[in-house]
Amino acid sequence: MINITLNGKKLSVEEGMTILQVAQQERIDIPTLCYHPLLEPYAACRMCVVEVKGDSKSELKTSCNTKVQEGMVIETDSERTLNARRLNIELLMARAPAAKVIQEMAAQMGIEKTPFPIENPEAKCILCGMCVRVCEDVVGAHVLTFEERGFERKVTTAFNMPSEKCIECGACAYFCPTEAIRVEDFRGREVLHSELTLGPTTAIRIPFMQSTPNVPFIDKDNCIHFKTDKCKLCEMVCEPEAINHDVEDTFKEIEVGSAVLATGYELLDCSNMPQYGYGRLDNVITSLEFEHLCHASGPTGGKILLKDGREPKGVAILHCIGSRDENYMKYCSRVCCMYAMKMAHLVHEKVDAEVYEFYIDIRAFGKGYEEFYNRMQKEGTHFIRGKAAEVTNAALIPEEENKLIVRAEDTTVNMIRRIPVDLVILCPAIVARKDSEKIMKLFGLCSTPDGFFKEQHPKLGPVSTDADGIFLAGACQGPKDIPDTVAQGAGAAGAVMSLGDEVAIEPIFSAIDEEICVGCKICIGVCPYDAISYVEDKKISSIEETLCKGCGACVAACPSGAADQNCFTNSQIEAEVSGALF
Amino acid sequence: METNTFEPKIVGFLCRWCTYQGADLAGTSRMEYPPNLIPVRVMCSGRVDPSFVMQAYSEGADAVVIFGCHLGDCHYQEGNYKAMRRYHLLKKMIEELGIEPQRLQLEWVSASEGERYQKEVSRIFSEVRELGPLDLNNGKAQSNG
Ligand SMILES: Cc1cc2nc3c(=O)[nH]c(=O)nc-3n(C[C@H](O)[C@H](O)[C@H](O)COP(=O)(O)OP(=O)(O)OC[C@H]3O[C@@H](n4cnc5c(N)ncnc54)[C@H](O)[C@@H]3O)c2cc1C
Ligand code: SF4
Ligand code: SF4
Ligand code: FES
Repeated sequence: MINITLNGKKLSVEEGMTILQVAQQERIDIPTLCYHPLLEPYAACRMCVVEVKGDSKSELKTSCNTKVQEGMVIETDSERTLNARRLNIELLMARAPAAKVIQEMAAQMGIEKTPFPIENPEAKCILCGMCVRVCEDVVGAHVLTFEERGFERKVTTAFNMPSEKCIECGACAYFCPTEAIRVEDFRGREVLHSELTLGPTTAIRIPFMQSTPNVPFIDKDNCIHFKTDKCKLCEMVCEPEAINHDVEDTFKEIEVGSAVLATGYELLDCSNMPQYGYGRLDNVITSLEFEHLCHASGPTGGKILLKDGREPKGVAILHCIGSRDENYMKYCSRVCCMYAMKMAHLVHEKVDAEVYEFYIDIRAFGKGYEEFYNRMQKEGTHFIRGKAAEVTNAALIPEEENKLIVRAEDTTVNMIRRIPVDLVILCPAIVARKDSEKIMKLFGLCSTPDGFFKEQHPKLGPVSTDADGIFLAGACQGPKDIPDTVAQGAGAAGAVMSLGDEVAIEPIFSAIDEEICVGCKICIGVCPYDAISYVEDKKISSIEETLCKGCGACVAACPSGAADQNCFTNSQIEAEVSGALF
Repeated sequence: METNTFEPKIVGFLCRWCTYQGADLAGTSRMEYPPNLIPVRVMCSGRVDPSFVMQAYSEGADAVVIFGCHLGDCHYQEGNYKAMRRYHLLKKMIEELGIEPQRLQLEWVSASEGERYQKEVSRIFSEVRELGPLDLNNGKAQSNG
């Protein structure tokens, strides 16, 4: 520890700290421009000067890069210090008259004008080197450098050309204190939210508020470290040292006795339905994107805003997009009517807008659902009975200018209506996941014609499947809402628990008649479950009942007629054939 | 033109996991198809012993159809491959015996394909109706024997 005196106060501080760090710890304000705790101090702006008094003389020192020494006596707001800072800010004002921070800092010090000559009234750069240092030391892209000396000195790229090496991270602009550097999108790209393309995001983030585990992950595609091998700022600021950029994905095999599949659903890709303009027209979004927009942890903090930041005055919610449609999914997706009304309610709650629901008919089948529908009607939601045919931005009348127009046949009044709105929310069909075929193969399941996993029996076996020990829960089995999903999940969990230590097997297994078997071993070769073994001393084959799954392949293959199958014996099947032809 | 009114007798061996459920689906969906194919439920298409097929012909079937899960989808991993191998051998054998090869067919119909079941049964029915009755004692069958 080192003993110093700071503004008259005796302190004992850790060795190696800078004066600025000690002052900040003591909550003493020292102005800085080129200092950032994550960068090496550079002492370029000289705003942080303080007076360090020795025995004989006193000196001005830049506090950001001066380490404390035993016996130091420091004054952070002595007359001499303040004068030095004033002179400094006047010089900076002359160099970067357009920089807002400088003007503000000067104003705080009571300075309005600089006595020094202004060369370029537009200039903002104070040559603090933040950008160069961050690009060099943190990002590791080595794009920005200083060029020339003295008055001509400036920040630039190699040969003053757009740099190939720039990874477009924007760190320079983020660190620049004077906004001299801005990220300009010269390619017309947009900053998109990686998940739902609704807003910007960071390379390290918690995927969504309810994620389990609720910890951030590193998005390797966007993380600077995986582009330049440097950065790791997150690692520097993470006190528990929980971040490790070097871990690789690992795969673990876990042995289990049964499994519940709850792999859920996907939404039909609306960009394949050009009539609704999704992906083509601004402010046409899917219901899931609306949920994200509305959510407190979403890109707007839960505000319902259009792409240009305005609040919508009219919102259309389009039911059955791809559901109950001969060209897409023939079935009803079940949940959309209710969540669409929930969305109407949210819109009413948050913005002053007219809400139009375009529906074929309202399916409010659950507990309290019809009541909610009635409430929404009273709340002023406009229900238009007719499936929306098209969303367009081609205005026919002045009221439609700069609007999205939803065209639909209103079947209650038998006429085509055009309703101009600002925001269109599509309720796409709930469809089986793209990888569901793969999952079905993996677990030995089949699907129903709609592509969802098939339960063992629609009434008697709604959570079990044709595969022993595999159960279903939720929308992977068919579109359903959260209450139904939870009920089925509880049912599946119960089914697993009730399996206990003993497993019931079907009575349909095969057996080999010892008397007839000649020990040819043909059956052993055909059994896919290795259920048949050769009994050396008896010179016959024998089936282990608990391993046998009862496919009957061995029975069909056995040339001597020794093998037969319970419940499906040769003589039973033969009798059936005879009966069929009787 | 005289219309063909022949009502063939067709025996179908239906795997319990796929086609039997597919047929069930066709039924519960109230799909219509000829009633001439009489299903015999087996645990797997691989359970179909060639002797069952021969028995069916000898007892008066005009055609036999084995239905199984699509290749790769067998509930018992590979039973349908076994059925397919036997089917090709059986087909050669019945030809030797003078039975037209169309009188033995193999089809893959999954549990979700009620419509496919309806279509296949209808197609097979028309084909067999076209062939006419199988006569094991006269015609070709005898001339070979
Ligand atoms: C816009 C919208 C709003 C809705 N609003 C409501 C509402 O207000 N009230 C309501 O009751 N219902 C609502 N629903 C319906 C609700 O989303 C579903 O009922 C519910 O999500 C079904 O839950 P699930 O667990 O079956 O499937 P999901 O929620 O889809 O969850 C499945 C999970 O499994 C994961 N997964 C998939 N495959 C694999 C795999 N191979 N390995 C490991 N994990 C995998 C997925 O990543 C996902 O996390 C809404 C639906 C939509 C589209
Ligand atoms: S290393 Fe950390 S701070 Fe740097 S870009 Fe990657 S996630 Fe962000
Ligand atoms: S019936 Fe199938 S599973 Fe059972 S022993 Fe025979 S081949 Fe193996
Ligand atoms: S902050 Fe110390 S010189 Fe800029």
